[in-house]
Amino acid sequence: MVKKIYLHLIFLSFFLIKEAFAAESGGMPQLNPEFWVSQIFWLVLTFGIMYLVLSKLILPKISNNLESRKSQILENIEAAEKQREDSETKLKEYDQIILKSKTEANSMFNQAREKAIKDINAKRDVLDKQIDEEISKAEEEIQALRNNAPDKINKIAIDTSSELLQKLIGAEVNNSSISAIVDDLSRRNGDKYYGN
Amino acid sequence: MAANPMSQFDVYRIGPEIKVGAFDISFTNASLFMIISTVSILLIFNLGSKKNSILPNKIQLLAELSYTFVSKMISDTAGSKAKPYFAFIFSLFMFVLFCNMFGMIPYTFTVTSHIIVTFVLAAFIFIGVTVIGFIKHGFGYLKLFVPSGVPAVLLPLIVVIEIISYLSRPISLSVRLFANMMAGHTMMKVFGGFVISLGIVGGWLPLSFSVALTGLEILVAFLQAYVFAILTCIYLNDALNLHH
Repeated sequence: MVKKIYLHLIFLSFFLIKEAFAAESGGMPQLNPEFWVSQIFWLVLTFGIMYLVLSKLILPKISNNLESRKSQILENIEAAEKQREDSETKLKEYDQIILKSKTEANSMFNQAREKAIKDINAKRDVLDKQIDEEISKAEEEIQALRNNAPDKINKIAIDTSSELLQKLIGAEVNNSSISAIVDDLSRRNGDKYYGN
Repeated sequence: MAANPMSQFDVYRIGPEIKVGAFDISFTNASLFMIISTVSILLIFNLGSKKNSILPNKIQLLAELSYTFVSKMISDTAGSKAKPYFAFIFSLFMFVLFCNMFGMIPYTFTVTSHIIVTFVLAAFIFIGVTVIGFIKHGFGYLKLFVPSGVPAVLLPLIVVIEIISYLSRPISLSVRLFANMMAGHTMMKVFGGFVISLGIVGGWLPLSFSVALTGLEILVAFLQAYVFAILTCIYLNDALNLHH
């Protein structure tokens, strides 16, 4: 009963609103309840269908697309990162190889140099020895020559003097007396001739 | 017709009268524009989700930007718990936006300029949010009306105010959208009428106003759809995360 009265009141108020606005040259068409039910019906129908299609078919697809793009971008970034790391390790390897070859080349160079120095030293030693030997030999020879020289000279002097005397005087002179004189002279003047 | 700025809001039957019992559910111009809006939404988003290319084309970009826009709006205002309601809020935002935007085309009908449409949407949101709140928190949801840190003396008054503000949500939500749409379109119509009545001599000033108003109304059409959706998110947030 109360409900019925309420409904009557609502309808009455609608009617009054409609009448009031109708008086003012048409009023607000929004407050005309003629098509309210129709509008509600079509709103529920269109919005409901749109909501169902969007929520069941379209929005999951868009979300899926976004997710897959995100994951793909992440994958690509990861792959790029990995490749960068790879290239870095390769660069390090390359650097190491270069360093190794450099040290190798250095050591080879050093070895070659040492070998060459050794060879040179050895050859020089041999040459030095030869030269020393030759020098000592020559010195010995010189010494020998020098040692023999005064005797020979004395002898030559004695012989020449005795021959000279023989030719001048025509008589045999005693060799021993001549040699005594030559010895004496050579002893006195030896310093002048040999520089001893 | 052109003389009356309110005649653009007239609903008229297209085709025959359809009656189910006592109810008249005839196909009207309002129904036509609801169908146009929903079909274009479905068309655009279907095209935008068909192909999944790494470099999206324009329509895919549009669909994905709308998706992320609404998704961000929901997560910013209602948190991660609101994710199951994403599809509804997305549909709501898109429906209101497209209805508003189609209304900006001359000689079209603006679905959202009718209080009954916005009120049905707002009432559905209000009831849905209330039901969600009671399901999530049981009778603890009533704590929403009892803010913490209020002196005991003021509490009865505050509770009454809170209840009134809660109950007025569907009204404020629906009237905000409806009034904005109606006022904007009426104003544009009035200025358009001035252009005609002032003629070639004086009509230029209202014409320039009309052009500026068109820009403003397009902004309002977007903004009101955004406000409608974000208020829904805020109400949902109240129901999901009871902060009081």
